[in-house]
Amino acid sequence: MTGFDRRELLLTALAGSSSMLLPGCSQTNAGFTGELLSPSLDVGHRIRDGDLPEPAVTNWQESGVVIVGGGISGLAAAWRLHHAGVDNFTLLELETVIGGTSRCGQSRVSGYPWGAHYVPVPRADNRALWRLLDEMGVAAQNAQGVYSAHEHILCREPHERLFVQGHWAEGLYPHSVATDEDLRQWTSFQERIAHWIDWRDARGTPAFTIPLAGCSADEAVIGLDEVSMGDWMRREGWDSVPLFWWVDYCCRDDYGLTIEQTSAWAGLFYFASRRENSNSVSPGVLTWPEGNGRIVRHLSRVLGSRVNTGQAVLSIQQSDDQTGRVRIVVLDRETKQVRGIRAQQVIFAAPQFLARYLILNRPAGRVADSDQFQYGAWVGANVHLSDRPQEPDFPLSWDNVIHDSPSLGYVVATHQQGIDHGPTVWTWYLPLCDDQPSDARRKLLDLTWEHWAEIVITDLERAHPDARDLVTRVDVMRWGHAMIQARPGFIWSRSRQRAATAEGAIHFAGTDLSGIALMEEAFYHGIRAAEEVLTVRDALFSSFL
Amino acid sequence: MNRAPLFLFYLNVLIIATCGLIYELLAGTLASYLLGDSVTQFSLVIGIYLSALGVGAWLSSFVEEKLARCFIEIELAVALVGGTSAPLLFLAFGYIDWFRPLLYGLVFLIGVLVGLELPLLMRLLKEHVDFSDLVSRVLTFDYIGALLAALLFPILLVPHLGLVRTSLIFGIINALVGLWGTHLLRPLLSPKGLGGLRGRAMLVVGLLVTGIIKADAITTVAEENQLAGTVVHAESSPYQRIVIAENNTGIQLFLNGQLQFNSADEYRYHEALVHPAVASCRNARRILVLGGGDGLAVREILRYATVESVTLVDLDPAMTSLADRFPPLAELTGNALRDSRVTVINQDAFLWIDKDTARFDAVIIDFPDPGSYSVGKLYTSYFFSRLRQRLAPQGVVTIQCSSPLVSPKSYWCVINTLEKSGFRVRPFQATVPTFGVWGFALAAVEDLPSIPQLSPQVSQQLKFLDQRVLDDLFIMPRDLSHVETEINRLNNQVLVRYYDREWSRWQ
Ligand SMILES: Cc1cc2nc3c(=O)[nH]c(=O)nc-3n(C[C@H](O)[C@H](O)[C@H](O)COP(=O)(O)OP(=O)(O)OC[C@H]3O[C@@H](n4cnc5c(N)ncnc54)[C@H](O)[C@@H]3O)c2cc1C
Repeated sequence: MTGFDRRELLLTALAGSSSMLLPGCSQTNAGFTGELLSPSLDVGHRIRDGDLPEPAVTNWQESGVVIVGGGISGLAAAWRLHHAGVDNFTLLELETVIGGTSRCGQSRVSGYPWGAHYVPVPRADNRALWRLLDEMGVAAQNAQGVYSAHEHILCREPHERLFVQGHWAEGLYPHSVATDEDLRQWTSFQERIAHWIDWRDARGTPAFTIPLAGCSADEAVIGLDEVSMGDWMRREGWDSVPLFWWVDYCCRDDYGLTIEQTSAWAGLFYFASRRENSNSVSPGVLTWPEGNGRIVRHLSRVLGSRVNTGQAVLSIQQSDDQTGRVRIVVLDRETKQVRGIRAQQVIFAAPQFLARYLILNRPAGRVADSDQFQYGAWVGANVHLSDRPQEPDFPLSWDNVIHDSPSLGYVVATHQQGIDHGPTVWTWYLPLCDDQPSDARRKLLDLTWEHWAEIVITDLERAHPDARDLVTRVDVMRWGHAMIQARPGFIWSRSRQRAATAEGAIHFAGTDLSGIALMEEAFYHGIRAAEEVLTVRDALFSSFL
Repeated sequence: MNRAPLFLFYLNVLIIATCGLIYELLAGTLASYLLGDSVTQFSLVIGIYLSALGVGAWLSSFVEEKLARCFIEIELAVALVGGTSAPLLFLAFGYIDWFRPLLYGLVFLIGVLVGLELPLLMRLLKEHVDFSDLVSRVLTFDYIGALLAALLFPILLVPHLGLVRTSLIFGIINALVGLWGTHLLRPLLSPKGLGGLRGRAMLVVGLLVTGIIKADAITTVAEENQLAGTVVHAESSPYQRIVIAENNTGIQLFLNGQLQFNSADEYRYHEALVHPAVASCRNARRILVLGGGDGLAVREILRYATVESVTLVDLDPAMTSLADRFPPLAELTGNALRDSRVTVINQDAFLWIDKDTARFDAVIIDFPDPGSYSVGKLYTSYFFSRLRQRLAPQGVVTIQCSSPLVSPKSYWCVINTLEKSGFRVRPFQATVPTFGVWGFALAAVEDLPSIPQLSPQVSQQLKFLDQRVLDDLFIMPRDLSHVETEINRLNNQVLVRYYDREWSRWQ
């Protein structure tokens, strides 16, 4: 409906080159403040640039297992070791805040996420995840042993709404602009998804399931990984604009990629992996005010002092003697002290692109494999409001999406608590879908807080003309390597599959090993890596998986 | 026509587009204000308006000659219909039974007229401008106009002018544009009848200006009509619009246009709501009231000498202090909320229920009907299971649950949800002339609550209940018998959907 105002200019600036900076739009010193944040770029860049010459380490400690990285995958690995009775491990996290891309923040009004904010209700066979939810006190088993989640963590209705043609309407498909033909294509698309939900290969393995390791490797399915979602859909005979908009939205939301950049296999995975069969109803999602930060909080509480933040791992070196000990050099960011740890095993739960810089003397093949991993950049902003905007349409929902916006809209932190009046926090997301992720990262760093705040507010003003006056604070998080990208060919590549296998005494975890950024995948790889370690250590255990 | 007037034509397009969207927004807002259920109202209004635009555009192909004149006539018609739409609808709401047809008819008519305008204007200009330029410019200004309207409406117009004035002012702007059109399009208009056209334009302007002068009177008459009485008190809180009206039956309280009580028969409702629970307690000492900010339920509770404390949790401080600003309410409640035994907490009960740790002998739930998600959450299995934590071991609850006759699914959904949440429930009903047959439930956790016995000390103070009448409340006639429903949960809120569907049948 609009096309001529500032926000459009700002957002096209984003789509264009980073040199197209926006002079004169830093007059945002209106009624709000905020901060520009990012994961520790300084340390990261210095590790990358080899700027941290390995100091002579005089202080060496011994440890059984060292876990590098305190995102969901590292925490899950630690949690698994803990439940196997292995106590002799330590988890090292670079940041002063635990949680990686699932970290959260807290204001007087509410906790809020910085990245991951929900988990779909797991399928019954995801036993490990149900076990965790049970331990968190948010799920229980019935007499037949079937798990279900407690009501207060199932996303409260109204779940989602879309701002299209000047109005908010329930759901995310833009019904108000759909013709009969659009609706026919929508139904036909849903039928195709149902086909893939029910599809089984000769061994009875489903085409799509979570964790992704359980998916069929049948040619008929993995061939879909060779084409983009857009190409595949056109090949299937669909061309409906609202349908393409909706699928594009879903791809950007889950993968940070457009419909033309996402692998068709990944696109279908999103739609078809969550239900056991096409007759079952959509199971809904689990969420907390602080998003998946709640899971992080729980795991850190269970793990206690074995979780160490502010610990930058500078290098990891396989043993070169008969002790078989891996040598890890760690910088304590507060004391600036460097120390060494000799560990029997290492679980590398940081993203693969860092393996190249952190693990010394890797075989060339392994480096080449890690180099195949590409990551997209995202911006997440937490917008603090003194009150809700006035609006007459379908009411504020958990997820609020604006049609015709490059952003993904916002989720409302107070929603799940049932706080329907007064101050709130909205988490706004923008994936930067440039063809070259490095372009996106440059943009991310070029723009100032004023720019980002203006981009966020003007985007919200599309749907809430009175938003600016209600905003008290805008904090902007720049995620340079936010998510692994499921571009065509990557998920079913040998490189991805090899990267998950152990390299000497180093085992790998991390959601990127699935080619998809999901809590469940990070969790799975954490448990899998920990159980590999348990096997090597001859521990007695029965698998959680 | 040269360049300069062309720009003026685009300005014309802009104004037409702005006015058009304003009328649509007005109709949507007014409909949700008067009829409630903003989701349905807005989607209907938008749907009808958009389709009418299409009809208008199609009709324009039948206009073959006198394009300019036709264009101006239509402009004046839009001015008149659109400009008077809000005052007309406000007034009509109190008087006529076929309000919905009128509302949607008006929206359709405005849509058709606005839909006629653009194609006509484009045809008028097509000789003078390159066609692709024309289309792009006209659409551009059309969309800018829409944006302007969308921004002006919530920020400036509604808060500062109100609906009636906004409607009239945009009508005037529209008519002035028509008048101005008689100059702009002068070369295309035959001199014959030009005077008459201008005269009509002046007349429309004059009519609408009179409307503005009388706007205040219109709004009061309208609100009063709607309320079937004279408005004696009105205020807006951050949560709702509070209006008290008076007529020869008594005073009535309206929240967001919905009748809460009529002083003539509210005692029937409140006696039925309160006494079954409080009389059930062997020793009713600590009582909790959820909702009920008017204080009428508390008045009933204070009749029991055993009661030591009453905690009332209501979202809106403007409601719980209303009696201070409107003395007749204080009189009606016997100044109940100022009693030393009463503590008022202004908080969303959904949040309070988790924070407090006290336990109560009886809980009286008097929330508004579940017409929105923010109220619907208070009737969920989650809320009821938290409620159990606030109950003393032998504690009893009564809850109002809408009309079992008008909205059986809604009523039984509350009952079924209570049962699913571990309560033993006795449904009951009372007739309150203002509302019709009204539904309640008596619930307890351990055993099914027995039918309560009124003490003579209380019974003699009541106007509606005695033991025989109380016993009868628990007889559910056949047409109010049990129906199966889904359970109302936070993650489905089926109750809001049931309620919406059932009540819209009756309106
Ligand atoms: C904006 C955004 C939204 C998302 N939303 C969702 C969602 O709603 N649901 C969902 O399931 N998933 C979501 N995700 C995906 C999310 O990434 C995964 O769910 C999961 O949290 C990934 O965990 P991980 O452990 O694999 O990786 P990470 O979270 O990246 O953790 C890796 C950790 O390693 C640490 N590290 C790196 N280098 C070193 C070093 N040298 N020394 C020590 N530590 C180091 C990092 O600081 C980091 O904490 C989202 C992601 C983003 C960016």
